[in-house]
Amino acid sequence: MAVLEVRNLSVDYVADDGTPLHAVADVGFSVEQGRSLGIVGESGCGKTTVMMALLRLLPEEGRIVSGQVLFDGQDVLQYSESQMRQVRWRGISMVFQGAMNALNPVRTVESQIVEALQIHDVVEQRRAARERAGELLQLVGIPPQRGRQYPHQYSGGMRQRAVIAMALACNPRVLIADEPTTALDVMIQAQILELLERLQAELELSLIMVTHDLGMVAETCDDVLVMYGGMVAEKASSDVIFNTPQHPYTRRLLEAFPDVEEPDSDLASIPGNPPRLDDLPAGCRFEPRCECPERGAICAQTAPPLVELEPGHWAACHSVRRVG
Amino acid sequence: MNAVKQFVRNPMGVVGAGMLLVVILIALLAPWLAPYDPQVRVQVTPDDILAPPDAEHLLGRDDAGKDVLSQLIYGARVSLIVGFTASFMSMFIGTTVGLVAGFYGGRVGNWLMRLVDFLMVIPDLPLMLVIIAVTGRGLTNIILVIGLLGWTYTARLVRSQVLSVKERQFVLRARSLGASAPRIILRHIFPQVVPLVIAQAVLDISVAILAESSLAFLGLGDPTLISWGMMLNFAFERAISRQAWWFLLPPGLAIVWVSLSLILIGNTLDQIVNPRLRTHHLFDARRMVALAVGVPPLAKADGAGE
Amino acid sequence: MEMRSTPILQVDNLHKYFPIPRHVGDVLARRPRRSVRAVDGVSFTVQRGEILALVGESGSGKTTVGMNVLGLQQPTEGHILFDGYDVTEWSRGHGASLEAADRFLVPLSRRRRVMTLRERAQMIFQDPYESLNPRQTIFDIVAEPLDIHRLTPSRTERRERVRTALETCGLAPADHFWDRFPAELSGGQRQRVVIAGALVLEPELLVADEPVSMLDVSIRAEILNLLRALRRERGITILYTTHDLATAGFFTDRMAVMYLGRIVELGPTVEVLSQPRHPYTRALISVVPVPNPRRRRQRVILEGEIPNPIDIPPGCRFHPRCPEAIPACREMDPRLHPVAPGHDVACLRV
Ligand SMILES: Nc1ncnc2c1ncn2[C@@H]1O[C@H](COP(=O)(O)OP(=O)(O)OP(=O)(O)O)[C@@H](O)[C@H]1O
Ligand SMILES: Nc1ncnc2c1ncn2[C@@H]1O[C@H](COP(=O)(O)OP(=O)(O)OP(=O)(O)O)[C@@H](O)[C@H]1O
Ligand code: SF4
Ligand SMILES: [Mg+2]
Ligand SMILES: [Mg+2]
Repeated sequence: MAVLEVRNLSVDYVADDGTPLHAVADVGFSVEQGRSLGIVGESGCGKTTVMMALLRLLPEEGRIVSGQVLFDGQDVLQYSESQMRQVRWRGISMVFQGAMNALNPVRTVESQIVEALQIHDVVEQRRAARERAGELLQLVGIPPQRGRQYPHQYSGGMRQRAVIAMALACNPRVLIADEPTTALDVMIQAQILELLERLQAELELSLIMVTHDLGMVAETCDDVLVMYGGMVAEKASSDVIFNTPQHPYTRRLLEAFPDVEEPDSDLASIPGNPPRLDDLPAGCRFEPRCECPERGAICAQTAPPLVELEPGHWAACHSVRRVG
Repeated sequence: MNAVKQFVRNPMGVVGAGMLLVVILIALLAPWLAPYDPQVRVQVTPDDILAPPDAEHLLGRDDAGKDVLSQLIYGARVSLIVGFTASFMSMFIGTTVGLVAGFYGGRVGNWLMRLVDFLMVIPDLPLMLVIIAVTGRGLTNIILVIGLLGWTYTARLVRSQVLSVKERQFVLRARSLGASAPRIILRHIFPQVVPLVIAQAVLDISVAILAESSLAFLGLGDPTLISWGMMLNFAFERAISRQAWWFLLPPGLAIVWVSLSLILIGNTLDQIVNPRLRTHHLFDARRMVALAVGVPPLAKADGAGE
Repeated sequence: MEMRSTPILQVDNLHKYFPIPRHVGDVLARRPRRSVRAVDGVSFTVQRGEILALVGESGSGKTTVGMNVLGLQQPTEGHILFDGYDVTEWSRGHGASLEAADRFLVPLSRRRRVMTLRERAQMIFQDPYESLNPRQTIFDIVAEPLDIHRLTPSRTERRERVRTALETCGLAPADHFWDRFPAELSGGQRQRVVIAGALVLEPELLVADEPVSMLDVSIRAEILNLLRALRRERGITILYTTHDLATAGFFTDRMAVMYLGRIVELGPTVEVLSQPRHPYTRALISVVPVPNPRRRRQRVILEGEIPNPIDIPPGCRFHPRCPEAIPACREMDPRLHPVAPGHDVACLRV
């Protein structure tokens, strides 16, 4: 059974003037124990929003409009806040986007991990907490002595490791990593990926990797969910997504991604911009940018449903349905 | 536009602006509002001296038998003139010095900042007293002294802002295009510090008004004009023994009123323009730290499912 | 014909050291003055119309090379020849740097020469969110170089040149964009504005410092295609800086791999990518994610990070992290030597 399953999740942000902006609509996916899921999409397509929503950490202006978030078969959206606290960090933990730049600059890294441990009542005594902090640092590849240093004495890669250590404080079963390597260079990115892969195997974590970088997903994830404009465009195993993608958006995205092994190939860009939340297209959200030869009038009128093309391979596009 | 909207949405700022507007209107309409002309000599009987409030003189009379309310109304003019002109001066000087010191750095900048430090450690009021005592008690002198001594804080503020703006990429870009120093300062750096300067200038107005009042209270106001400070001075010297509160309280409260309004406006502006206080919704550092170390979420539990 | 053969850019033995401020304690203890050796002996040549990639990890000195090429920093040692003229000599020995020239602190004649460089070589910066003045409109941003160099006699011509620049960069119709402020544009659009601002002067050399690393993957291709088109249509020479070999592979002719302030491998891009000779290049290539799970490769992950350029390791500067190091690597500093025509490597084992 899936550890985490999200069904038909929709999230609105209430704009300043009170109108709801449909940032996320009808998103669903599931993660099995010990497997990894990549969530890819352009900036602003709602990746972070989905993650924050399933942890119920949305900012004040965010509203979960509908949907279910099943953790071990229980809908956590029905939980009370105190029950939720048991799920957060212990069940599902998250490495927040940009968190590595948000460590408290005037406190040592170790003391920040100790604080996290104590807040979650993992360990009572300070001594034990410090021991555990040392273990966690070791786990992510930081020499425990360096825990006594301040975040500014760390390089970007080490800060990211420290943040991952914090997320692991309560032995979660699901780890969400939101853009864990943006802003880091390729070598450090590879180090972090290696770390996440190792942790996933050692701790039998289920990993959700949120990123706009297709390459990272191809390297690490078993399954892939491609999001566009707050909706699911396509989801399948990564082998299918990268070799036989069906949704025009996925295909364009892949064509736009440079490949070192084929340096001569042309890069096709996707003209236009992702839809604005206050001006969403009536039909398929990708329609204004879509150049698929099979697209028809229906694309601009009704939103395509997500259909299963073959077992485990879903896509939301009118043309694929007609073809398939 | 956006800033205006934000300002309007902030109750403190709106209250402050309202309070200031009242004073400005009073100052402008003084000749029509004031029941008497405080400059005109009046015939007095002993009973009129420090007479308590009555129907004809709503705030009573002073030691010369003149109407306190009218003096209070005309006093607003002096306070506002001094406040606005002196703070404009210090804003101008402070901004220039801050821009130059921040942009050029090096020897020029060091010398300028040393001058600033020097002026900052000298207590202002005694220095002003000395200067006014020497140069005479005209309104212009008072404004000049307050303006010329009050720019140091602005200079510091601007300099530190310039130091950080100077390192930003768009300044580097301007340099790589060959933009000259004056151009970089005026086109690229100055616009980034303007909001901060304005917020500071508003706060400076209240400082200047207080300084003028202090000078006048200590007997160094312009003798030809009535100001709130001078009223306080007279009240202290001559009225306190007779417990004529109606002469003492109104100017004091007026000063508090104006300063308070300016501080409310200034703080609101500061909140709006100060970049440190605002961040992207997802990159709010405080929120992120709270989440990262696991403090219970700041966001309320979402309504879903309830 | 004679003129054509002069390379547009020759960088000869460039060094750039940043002195570290000494504390009182250091002075008392007579500790030697130390410095950050950001660039430590770099030489390369760029022909007209060529695109050269400068790749390396963060901190390898790529940006510093770019800044020195454009005279935004004063080299500690070495020469930079732009179209045959020694840019560094313009200021060397007069106690005034090009930076000083920017600030009117040098005589006018020298400033004029600096201005020629400023007109003919342009830089595109990494962060499109930072490199545009938030309080200028798009029009003012793009027109500013024209004003600085007093190139446009009439207002209409000015408008036309701004329009052409914006439309070349894909911001069409220009009128639709030029009254807006940077905050109203997306990241990709901003980077286009930056490029348009560089193009109005019709420069011969563009230094593009990680122009796409802050952009979404789907937008990267647009910007790279644009740069490639500029070279094709206008013959603009581009020095392209990045840590991402995949984008560099896509549109550059030659590639220089930098490590800790030195070039360790230099050659035709396709050759460097398909037959990398230096262990560092091999490692860098192996960690670039390939967008296909069927082609997952063995990653050569280098331990730790690039060392601090204050204490550069003796011998081969790469040896502490090198997976193929031999004992000699600890003592001998390898020179860049040819291994194939036009392909140089600095490694003792090649
Ligand atoms: N607090 C908020 N109020 C209003 N709109 C918001 C808020 N937070 C996010 N949004 C909007 O919701 C959409 C989805 O944002 P989200 O941050 O989830 O995207 P993302 O896919 O994580 O993007 P990125 O790759 O940039 O992190 C965006 O259009 C964003 O502008
Ligand atoms: N002004 C400076 N003062 C001191 N050290 C500097 C300065 N500029 C750069 N450095 C140092 O020089 C080294 C090379 O920096 P540079 O910015 O050129 O690297 P880079 O290859 O562009 O890296 P990145 O990918 O992070 O941009 C770094 O170690 C950096 O810390
Ligand atoms: S010289 Fe030695 S240490 Fe340096 S790269 Fe070659 S093998 Fe590695
Ligand atoms: Mg996000
Ligand atoms: Mg750089």
